[in-house]
Amino acid sequence: MKNCIFTVNENINIAKDVYKMTLSGDTSDIVFPGQFVNIALSGKFLRRPISVCDVNGNELTLIYKVVGGGTEQLSKMTGREKLDILSGLGNGYDINVPGKRMLLCGGGVGIPPLYLLAKRLIAAGAECICAFGFADKCDVFYTDEFKKLGCEVNIATVSGALGTKGFVTDIFPEEYDYVFTCGPEPMLKAVYKKSKTGGQFSFEARMGCGFGACMGCSCKTIAGAKRICKDGPVLKKEEILWED
Amino acid sequence: MGRLSVDLCGKELDNPIIPASGTFGFGYEFAELYDINCLGTFSFKGTTRDMRFGNPLPRIAECESGMINSVGLQNPGIDKVISCELPKLRRCFHKPVMANVSGFSTDEYAEVCERLDGEDNVGWIEVNISCPNVHGGGMSFGTDPKMANAVTKAVKAKTKKPIIIKLSPNVTDISEIAKACEEGGADGISLINTLLGMRIDLKTKKPIIANKMGGFSGKAIFPVALRMVYQVYEAVKIPVVGMGGISCAENVVEMMLAGACACQIGAQNLVDPYACRDIIDDLPRVLDKYGIKNIKDIIGGAH
Repeated sequence: MKNCIFTVNENINIAKDVYKMTLSGDTSDIVFPGQFVNIALSGKFLRRPISVCDVNGNELTLIYKVVGGGTEQLSKMTGREKLDILSGLGNGYDINVPGKRMLLCGGGVGIPPLYLLAKRLIAAGAECICAFGFADKCDVFYTDEFKKLGCEVNIATVSGALGTKGFVTDIFPEEYDYVFTCGPEPMLKAVYKKSKTGGQFSFEARMGCGFGACMGCSCKTIAGAKRICKDGPVLKKEEILWED
Repeated sequence: MGRLSVDLCGKELDNPIIPASGTFGFGYEFAELYDINCLGTFSFKGTTRDMRFGNPLPRIAECESGMINSVGLQNPGIDKVISCELPKLRRCFHKPVMANVSGFSTDEYAEVCERLDGEDNVGWIEVNISCPNVHGGGMSFGTDPKMANAVTKAVKAKTKKPIIIKLSPNVTDISEIAKACEEGGADGISLINTLLGMRIDLKTKKPIIANKMGGFSGKAIFPVALRMVYQVYEAVKIPVVGMGGISCAENVVEMMLAGACACQIGAQNLVDPYACRDIIDDLPRVLDKYGIKNIKDIIGGAH
């Protein structure tokens, strides 16, 4: 974890309520795909946790959806703003997994952390098949970027306006060796049920600190209580305990 | 003895800054960021006899200048704290630590304190009779002077460590509770714990916190905390540790003028993990600015 000041370079609207922000700063503590940063905003007491989409040298890319006052404030930034950021939070995905054909399953703004993951997996010689779910056509983003990395990209929309009508579980490939996923909890649960292989699942929670101090985001797992922010957000499939 | 040193129940602190229980875990997350030996001490995560997972999620809601938490005393239980956390802590923190304990019966409080009595790196025991997030325990002991008195007596009978009773602000007359603890033999009082609060999500039209209500803390509560520290300082002769909404060195000086001999910093650690270190570094500048030679000289100065 590092506390640094980042400068906003660019902030563009890429889908309905979804923005892509690039920033410059010390990214040295962002080691694994699936980690997140926690951003301080003026007038807001708590920081806003946002998953890392990509890092290139000192450039950080974040993709976020406007869901409340904090993310709305972020969306209004036009460049050159300075942001106080805690970076390199969470455990992230472990790419040392068995097999070659990787299924990357993402829903909405759960997709961005899969981008750096895809980059790392492909660099390590793996094949990536993406199953991405969106509500509607206007919500779709970043599919071309994944294709440019060399991923096979399949899309499902709830409305049916683009790709297959339905959910990510409706566009699973026939064969894959391992699944990496991030998205809303009902999607994670469906992926958990449908997938027959091992996998890593990234969870979301309302957080206090984001670095393991407050116990505000603890969840029960097979391996005991874990903090989503510090011991997660990525949990291995075999340690997940669903609470109904 | 530096100009920041203070006395807390017969033990000297290098400075009056103490991260508050529940915002600092057992120190490790912060020890990754800076040398936590710069602290006066810190109050570790509230510990009960048995392991507790705590409350369902969401446990956190944001407020104007503060936050609500409803963690519900998640902790590994006293056995694990003694066998795992305290030995681990010895490696990164070389000063006496403040143990924070909670319970659901007078016997449980007494038992946990008895277990801690032999731990050499525990300098003080802070007895939390003010947790708003558990039922049938915590705050129910801190809102009734008779029960507060009974808990104090029970724990004092089991340990020689200085006992600091942590009070709830969710009472009509906090001085009365403080006096009951002093009468029971408490060596000090700490206050305030969080204020019972609530937020409702406009989209779902339901409370944000799964447990509906939780403890409100952060900058917004500073004036309430300051007022209560001022009142308790007048009511008792034992040392008072002030906390509630402190976010800067100026707040520390103000809290000490109200009567605090040391200050705990809580919610601010969660949004600025360097808060305590930075406040300690900034204190000499603030003392100079207001013509204060030694910080201990100003305790209760506003009375």
